[in-house]
Amino acid sequence: MSKIHVTTTINDDEVEFLCDPRESLLDVLRDRLSLTGAKEGCGTGDCGACTVTVDGRLVCACLMLGAEAEGKSIGTVEGIATDEELHPLQQKFIEYAALQCGICTPGILVAAKNLLERNPDPTETEVRYWLAGNLCRCTGYDKIIRAVMDTAAEMREAS
Amino acid sequence: MALDSQKTEGFKQIGTRPDRPDGVDKVTGRARFGADMTAPGMLWGVIVRSPHAHARIVKIDTSKAEAMEGVKAVVTRADFSDAITPAPGMRGEMWNVLENVMADEKALYDGHAVAAVAATSQLAARDAAKAITVQYEVLPHVTDVDKAMEDGAPVIRDGTAEASVPEGMHPNVVRYHESGQGDLDAGFAAADLVIEETFKTEATHQGYIEPHACLATLGGDGKGELWCCTQGHWNVQKVCAALLGLETSQLRVTASEIGGGFGGKTAVFIEPVALALSRKANKPVKLVMTRSEVFRSTGPTASTSMDVKIGMTKDGTITAAQGIFRCQGGAFPGAPMEFTAMCSFAPYNLKAVKQIGYDVMTNRPKQAAYRAPGSPMAAFAVESVIDELCNKLGLDPIDTRLKNASREGTQANFGPKWDRIGLVETLEAAKAHPHYATPLKPGQGRGISCGFWFNHGGETAVMLALSEDGTAQLAVGTPDIGGSRASMAMMAAEELGIPYENVRCTIADTASLGYNEISHGSRVTYASGLATIEAARDAVKKLCARAAAKWGIPEDAVKWEDGCAVPSGPNAGDHDPLPLAKITAKMGATGGPIVGHFEATPEGAGVSFATHIVDAEVDQETGKTNVSRYTVVQDAGKAIHPTYVEGQFQGGAAQGIGWALNEEYIYGEDGRLQNAGFLDYRIPVASDLPMIDTVIVEVPNPGHPYGVRGVGETSICPPLAAIANAVSNAAGVRLKQLPMSPPRILKALGKHG
Ligand code: FES
Ligand code: FES
Repeated sequence: MSKIHVTTTINDDEVEFLCDPRESLLDVLRDRLSLTGAKEGCGTGDCGACTVTVDGRLVCACLMLGAEAEGKSIGTVEGIATDEELHPLQQKFIEYAALQCGICTPGILVAAKNLLERNPDPTETEVRYWLAGNLCRCTGYDKIIRAVMDTAAEMREAS
Repeated sequence: MALDSQKTEGFKQIGTRPDRPDGVDKVTGRARFGADMTAPGMLWGVIVRSPHAHARIVKIDTSKAEAMEGVKAVVTRADFSDAITPAPGMRGEMWNVLENVMADEKALYDGHAVAAVAATSQLAARDAAKAITVQYEVLPHVTDVDKAMEDGAPVIRDGTAEASVPEGMHPNVVRYHESGQGDLDAGFAAADLVIEETFKTEATHQGYIEPHACLATLGGDGKGELWCCTQGHWNVQKVCAALLGLETSQLRVTASEIGGGFGGKTAVFIEPVALALSRKANKPVKLVMTRSEVFRSTGPTASTSMDVKIGMTKDGTITAAQGIFRCQGGAFPGAPMEFTAMCSFAPYNLKAVKQIGYDVMTNRPKQAAYRAPGSPMAAFAVESVIDELCNKLGLDPIDTRLKNASREGTQANFGPKWDRIGLVETLEAAKAHPHYATPLKPGQGRGISCGFWFNHGGETAVMLALSEDGTAQLAVGTPDIGGSRASMAMMAAEELGIPYENVRCTIADTASLGYNEISHGSRVTYASGLATIEAARDAVKKLCARAAAKWGIPEDAVKWEDGCAVPSGPNAGDHDPLPLAKITAKMGATGGPIVGHFEATPEGAGVSFATHIVDAEVDQETGKTNVSRYTVVQDAGKAIHPTYVEGQFQGGAAQGIGWALNEEYIYGEDGRLQNAGFLDYRIPVASDLPMIDTVIVEVPNPGHPYGVRGVGETSICPPLAAIANAVSNAAGVRLKQLPMSPPRILKALGKHG
């Protein structure tokens, strides 16, 4: 089967790749571009471990075809930290122990950052529902929710 | 182990909450988990699995697949060692593992591996797997534990039963346990009220978010490299070597970062298959399970059916207790029925008690450990009956448990006398917690439950090498499932008297340390922690010896204080403290590298108890339960890094909530798993749960230098019962089957779901 040539932007860098029409964006990120930050927990859109942004919207990379990335702007966990600096969410996740095994963390960080960009002052319920598509089996979510709420408070103060 | 040097206060590091050393890796996407590794020339493997619950494999035709573009190897059972033979019960465990890894004559459950293929891309491998045709002769099957014990039930494998199984039982009952003490008849006769009930729990999956994954390289020379996500890479090494007929030392296994395990990654599933494919293709092979494979083919926990009978006097004294626990562990022996039986009444001081366990085979995947295997189910049955007794007799549930609680010196229900334990302290802390004093709102119910887990020590090896600049490299052999690197580095820093940041803790591969048992039994912070402390003390001894040589005084005239060697005693003379970095800077010239070691099998893992308080409300129209408040009180012995201890408490409670309310393996009439995905097997999501409050009780474990008790497993023991008690009290009717899903609750309320 012939491959499709795709030009896209990932974490602000222009990227080109060839992919099989059946490959998902997640397959392309992980297996063709070595961006293994996004994880495959299910491959069916149910766990959120593969969460990325596509033109600013949250998407399960396992549910989008690689070929559909043409002309889009993709954001992954690898693009959250700027140069040397961690994003405040990343800092707080470490401080709060909002990760145990850390496999859900990339997806949750991408989703939480997207939430705070839209809503800098979310309620606990809003955070819980926003992250309801991101499964975490280790933490019981308590420390994740607290880390997101505290980051939001700190970012509000700083701005 | 005699621990005359136990230290439980005056710490500099222990009890603080530093950032974990692998934190940045894990928030930036840099950490490499099982599926994140590649190798030059790598192939992709895919496993072909049986769609039938029970079937004779008549023929496997691989010719079409082998002829396909990009296909490099196909393996079946014939490609594994034939030197492994079956034996009754757990004596044939290596054969059971092999049989589970790749079916031989029969497929024993829906999802059982029957063949595998490796090709140049994942898509090519998937296409080739579809082209492998397997001819089956479908056999009658059974998936329910009670039905599997009935006369006429299909026999999974005749001759598996151990000699201990009472005569006349169905051949699917393969192991038997009985323990207890005292005169049950007299005990029940002395009771004012006796309640006997039957309970059932469904199989639940550990539900780790990372599917099993590995990258295997094995040449015709019998030398191999394996990268995989596992809770115990030495065990993987041992099992894979046996299954492939290799010398153990020739296979080096490296543990990747692990995306959750909870017991489910103590077993070996795909690694031997990837190695067999690699050997045949003479190329590295990567094998990653799909989520559906994880559900169909890796260990859920056992499902159970249990009868519990307890007698109580009007003042709340338990006079006798008996439990019969039937555990189904899939198509292999090994359901944790002896743990279920032993944990059942462990919290209570009982004069008359008896527990019986049955290990029952069915056509389901081989059960694997899941966080305190067997204990949560037992607690569900026992603590439900205690709750009902308290309700009927008008007694306070915490006072009643306190009245009967096991204490130091109490003879345990399964025999030994308890050492120092902290059950009473957890009950008292629960009673004093504001949660317990808060009045319930209309429609709410409150549930209390205790829980118990043994904890474990196990073979452990640790090495601590000092660097010239005075920093330390700590190599441990227990995969870091939830922040254990931080705790290990803290313990090493505490002993050495250097900053936490100066210790780098690495999970070593199998070639770098002696055998380390699997990260199971809540053993990591206890056993690897103890080993780290002892390895650091070994290094300190060597540091002191260098100082003594420099000062020209005897070694025992030097002691270690705040990271320095200092002279000690009347004849030591006057010398300035010699800091660690000063000694290591010169170590090459003063005797060579300084390395601390510990290699042993610590046996003082202290048991752990917990008490949970839950408030829940039940929607009478829909049958949906809402957990509105949750408090975990648990004895940690000594919390090294309290934040991660709280995390274990919260994670266990959350998994318990899922088990109690939602999660279950659903099999169709055809014996196929109907919900092999996260959409239909629904684990708790963020919007399902409240904050989970925690209280860390610290009753030091006499068997650890700082008093540590494992905490990972006990936290899942009370939730099933605590939630069932809260739901039953809210609904006004006793719920006796898990999960308490809306249809089941509506049925209990006499409404149609
Ligand atoms: S892997 Fe995409 S949602 Fe689970
Ligand atoms: S930290 Fe393990 S799944 Fe979230």
